[in-house]
Amino acid sequence: MAIPISYNIRNLRLRKGATVMTALGIALTVTIAIFIMALLAGLRDAFATTGDARTVLVLRKGSTSELAAGGVSRDAMQVLKDLPGIAKNSQGEPLISGENILVIVLPRKDGTGDVNVTIRFLAPVGLEMRPKVKLISGRWFTPGQREVVVSKSIHERFAHTNLGDTVFFGKGNWTVVGIFDSGSSAHESEIWGDINQIASDLDRSQYSSVLIQATDPATAVALKNRVSDDQRLKLNGMLESDYYAEQTKSGNPIKFVGTVVAIIMAIGSCFAAMNTMYAAVAYRAREIATLRIIGFSRPSILTSFVFESLLLSLLGALAGIVLMLPFNGMTTGTSNPVTFSEAVFSLRMTPGVVTAAVIFAMIMGLFGGLAPAWHAARQNIVGALRD
Amino acid sequence: MSTATVPHTATQTKVVQARNVSKVFKRDAFEVKALDEVSLEIAAGEFLALMGPSGSGKTTLLNMIAAIDRPTSGDLLVLGENIFRFSDGQSARWRNEHIGYVFQTFNLIPVLTAFENVELPLLLTKLSAQQRRDHVMTALKLVGLEDRVNHLPKQLSGGQEQRVAIARAIVSDPTLLLADEPTGDLDSHSATEVLDILKRLNEDSHKTVVMVTHDPHAASYAHVTRHLEKGMLLPPA
Repeated sequence: MAIPISYNIRNLRLRKGATVMTALGIALTVTIAIFIMALLAGLRDAFATTGDARTVLVLRKGSTSELAAGGVSRDAMQVLKDLPGIAKNSQGEPLISGENILVIVLPRKDGTGDVNVTIRFLAPVGLEMRPKVKLISGRWFTPGQREVVVSKSIHERFAHTNLGDTVFFGKGNWTVVGIFDSGSSAHESEIWGDINQIASDLDRSQYSSVLIQATDPATAVALKNRVSDDQRLKLNGMLESDYYAEQTKSGNPIKFVGTVVAIIMAIGSCFAAMNTMYAAVAYRAREIATLRIIGFSRPSILTSFVFESLLLSLLGALAGIVLMLPFNGMTTGTSNPVTFSEAVFSLRMTPGVVTAAVIFAMIMGLFGGLAPAWHAARQNIVGALRD
Repeated sequence: MSTATVPHTATQTKVVQARNVSKVFKRDAFEVKALDEVSLEIAAGEFLALMGPSGSGKTTLLNMIAAIDRPTSGDLLVLGENIFRFSDGQSARWRNEHIGYVFQTFNLIPVLTAFENVELPLLLTKLSAQQRRDHVMTALKLVGLEDRVNHLPKQLSGGQEQRVAIARAIVSDPTLLLADEPTGDLDSHSATEVLDILKRLNEDSHKTVVMVTHDPHAASYAHVTRHLEKGMLLPPA
């Protein structure tokens, strides 16, 4: 049997000051790591939950974004409507939605400046194809009217987005008539309006994109290939889920900077843990020698001190998780390089993020504790008793 | 160092057989001879006091008997074993099974209770929790501290701490009890209590006791007293 765990727990309690300071140091590093991971999880969540495996997004050939110049002509739209495998609604109409994207500038509510915001123009069938998007206040826009509905996140973060407010673009003021909640999807970064009204305002004859819902995921793949392979159309079909998954790359700068900061802080925390554990070993040299004389082996001593360091880092991890809890679900935004507008998303402390944070802290504890534990196990018994 | 040269028949009654044991410490450019050609035999059931001034090599010899220090030259058999052939892990196991060690400064683990301190050597055995509990309580009763099981060392007097340390040393029923200045940090009353316990363990439980001391009163409890001076064992008086 090994040295009892209570020995390590009580020693950590005995050296309260050093334990708390070291655990706090680890906690700060864990906090940064959780913050970055929660941001990325939120961003991934936003884009990953947007796509539907049965839905095909059609863009102009060579285009990778709905925002790119050119698009899908009305003639091409007619051809698309006649393709086999398109799902139909209860009225027997094909579930296909021609849509336009526009980027406008809106001031943030907190006064931190103006930011690009995406407006999506679509027909009522487009709403029907997105059943996860729910109206939570007001009403949907009326076709043929300069009316928009805004997402909950946009409403919370930007000025002029309350019910009854107006936003100027196209040929006039557009009135906010409703607020929708799209869960945590990418549509949380959007304002929606009527496609025909904006086509008239901007004299647009083309769609930025066309969304087609197939009867099933396998048909969606076939439909996507058929659109891309048809030489007459000069269009590119892709699964909607793939299109949004690609946009998670907008988190890459956060990921890079966050990882660098977290690694630097982790190295610092490793040294803090190492320092604390070296002090513990020096302070308990006589105890360690006594344990060795009683009969505990070097591996037992090594394991005991590594375990103590892991306990210390676990304390730090728990403190870090508690420190981050108030930020869980906080809405923030980042620049989306695909749409050149702000991608709004929430920090998500998922079980995966929390587990990763605990493992991250344990790695710090392991590296910080290994050298002092090795030193403890190798120390000279006679010398330790004499000192 | 040569292997065992002591005849096997002699090892049956001799717990310790040291022949020409020397220990040289190197300090920078200097060599200090802590033990100089020491030859000593300790019989089973003996109570031996090792006396001598500071630096005479008493503790060094005791540490060698406990397999926590190695001689530079000479032969040393303890319980018939050439303990210096053991690996580090084997030495630890051997000490756990055969040696009880009592320190001058008690060396109890401050964060563990008296019970937990005494239980430590038993954690390395295959005894069940209940068996360990029984052994610990027996040992604590033997030193008169069965009512202090949940006390931390800081809640005990020096004499009580040393009695807990003795309970820890005897809980696994070792053959050989080694005590390094066990009364050095105690008042005379506590010292007498501790010496009485050691004597009782020797007489009633037939433990072989080797006690380092420079207190003549403590040495008077032993059957045999040997003196060390400048690393050399003086002839018996």
